[in-house]
Amino acid sequence: MTKLIGMTPSRRSLLKGMAAGATALALPGFVQAQSSAPIKLGFQLHRTGIGAAYGRWYERTTQAALKVLSDQGGINGRPVEVVFEDDGTDPKRGAEVVEKLASQAGCDAIFGPLFSHVVIGSAPRAGELKVPYLVCSEGYHVASGKLNRWTLQPGITDVRAQVSSMAPWVTQNLGKKVTMVFPDYAFGHDHRDYFTAAIEAQGGEVIKHIAIPPTETSFTRYMPQIPKETEVLYHVMVGPAVLTFVKELGEFYGTGDRPEIFGFIDSLEAVDIASPGLEFLEGTHFWEGHCRAKQTDASEHETFYRAAVGVDDNGASISDSKDVATYAHMFSTWETLFVLKAGMEAAGYQGIADRQKLVEAIEAMTAMPESQAHPQGAKIFNGKTHQVFGHQNISKVEGGKLMRVHQTTVEESMYESDVDYTTMSF
Amino acid sequence: MDFGPYLLLALMEGTVMAAVLALTAVGLSLVFGVMRVVNVAHGEFLMLGAVLAWFVTHYVPGPPVVGFAVALVVCPLIVGGIAALSDTLILKRLNYDPEATIVATIGLSYIFQQAALSFYGPDARPVEAPFNLRIQFPWFGYSGYKIAVVLAAIVILLAIWLLMTRTRAGLIMRATQLDRDTARAFGINVDRVYAAVFALGAGLAAIAAVLIVPIQQAHYLMGHDPLLLSFIVVIIGGLGSLRGTLLAAVVIGLSDGVISVFFSPTLAKILATLLVAMVLVFRPQGLFGAKP
Repeated sequence: MTKLIGMTPSRRSLLKGMAAGATALALPGFVQAQSSAPIKLGFQLHRTGIGAAYGRWYERTTQAALKVLSDQGGINGRPVEVVFEDDGTDPKRGAEVVEKLASQAGCDAIFGPLFSHVVIGSAPRAGELKVPYLVCSEGYHVASGKLNRWTLQPGITDVRAQVSSMAPWVTQNLGKKVTMVFPDYAFGHDHRDYFTAAIEAQGGEVIKHIAIPPTETSFTRYMPQIPKETEVLYHVMVGPAVLTFVKELGEFYGTGDRPEIFGFIDSLEAVDIASPGLEFLEGTHFWEGHCRAKQTDASEHETFYRAAVGVDDNGASISDSKDVATYAHMFSTWETLFVLKAGMEAAGYQGIADRQKLVEAIEAMTAMPESQAHPQGAKIFNGKTHQVFGHQNISKVEGGKLMRVHQTTVEESMYESDVDYTTMSF
Repeated sequence: MDFGPYLLLALMEGTVMAAVLALTAVGLSLVFGVMRVVNVAHGEFLMLGAVLAWFVTHYVPGPPVVGFAVALVVCPLIVGGIAALSDTLILKRLNYDPEATIVATIGLSYIFQQAALSFYGPDARPVEAPFNLRIQFPWFGYSGYKIAVVLAAIVILLAIWLLMTRTRAGLIMRATQLDRDTARAFGINVDRVYAAVFALGAGLAAIAAVLIVPIQQAHYLMGHDPLLLSFIVVIIGGLGSLRGTLLAAVVIGLSDGVISVFFSPTLAKILATLLVAMVLVFRPQGLFGAKP
């Protein structure tokens, strides 16, 4: 009984408590103080798992972009902090990482994931938590209207735009009978659906689809499925086994006749094109989002970006020539960070209460001219589909180096769509 | 492609798979046969072998063939050493209780995987093949190295067979397998035999790993598939029966090759798993296993 009496608050402690409560209620003063606190951005990183090669370079690119951004005075004059969190390239973990970055780390916005299955698995959680989620994933899932108002892709073009803008060049220069080899999941299916349609629109035909499970480690067994009459072999592969895939392709064709080969650089990202066994790639063509080897007409922004990230003229790390970059894709994280900056400054972003304003400010963006913030080239953002459009490069392997032979215009990659995220509720 | 060359390619792919699988599964089968331990960490021993092979070939100077030869000797020894250590430090202390050892080896597999992730990193790294020879058939090209893998596997398996049947060490192992208490009564140091067998099993997985890294690259998650397939092979062949394991490896390897090439690799896995289920239902001791 005495214990209970001891627990009863005295009049003095009650008054103290009320005073403390009143101080806490005087929030405006607190918010004022907070506006000079750093802006916290979460980066959902594929540090481990099948996307690790990308993750390593996405982290470096983002660090470099962050340094440039901080030297410019941050966002709205506030310092910026990026919190990196590994998702193991796993959709389930991805959703947890979104939750952790938003709720635990208190990030203002989240960006960075590439692999489409991870994005599709994580985006719904970002929508539920109402946190801006800027993906760098290429998949058509953003522009298709499948995701939500909080998910945007302002840093890289999507597969549908990429393949449909390049299909005319492929049919005119390489051949009309195409066999496609692609990974058997969302990203690969986008390739299958939209490249097939684009080739047919050009009067060509995809005569065979070869879908390969993304965890496959041995590929020779799939190669006999490539029909003899194939004129163009189209390949796109991801994951740790990409080098094996390309090597086995080389072994399979050997010195015999082979079709023209058009690949997505994804099949060779982070892989040295001069690796033994890849000699057969000489004369084949690749899509590149951003040219790995420094081209003769490289812009000053591209030169600046390459130096800032620490990539040499061949596309490898300055400190280790064997550490080849995921150059064709990683510009997306750099550009996304600068889109966040532009969006936050346009929205007069103060704190997490302004997250909705940030999304609306990005939706209002249109032209993104080539600049230090957009070193890959000029782009046009469509606020309705939440998707950006830009140039695509086709490169040819010449003397063991990828040299650009064609670049599409931004307009060629744009397509009609009736998706309108801006009519959806937050 | 015509049917003939198509089948030839399928059979060659299947043979390579069978060879690597036989090496891995024999290690697993040996450990179960002698020690009655279901080694769930077996796939990770393979992964460790591959990762170590990358380190060795990366740091040994000279042409690729030198580094590869060193790796082929050093990696199984290191992996075997790690296995012997795990046996004396952990499995022995559990008195080889079947349930406890399963849980312990699951734990070990996580430790090895995370250690590889921490010290080696998440990337898949290539190991250069000791030689670059491409055999050009009229219809398709094929890697000469893959054929060398098959030959090497046959040689190593023959050596294991000789070891088990023709040497004193083999006799001691077979004696321990037959009856551990009687073996001990005859003065055999069973603890040492167990450590050696566990090391040998892991070493075989490591040899298989060194042989396949030039084809597949070393990656910290690569142990999973070989473990699954080894279990399939060992269950079909009969746990503890080397002859059964070899035969099952050839059957599974070849059928996987042929079915993958003509239909799809997924179907090959489905059929292999179905076969396991059938064997467990109708002949639980496996095709060549002794009745308990």
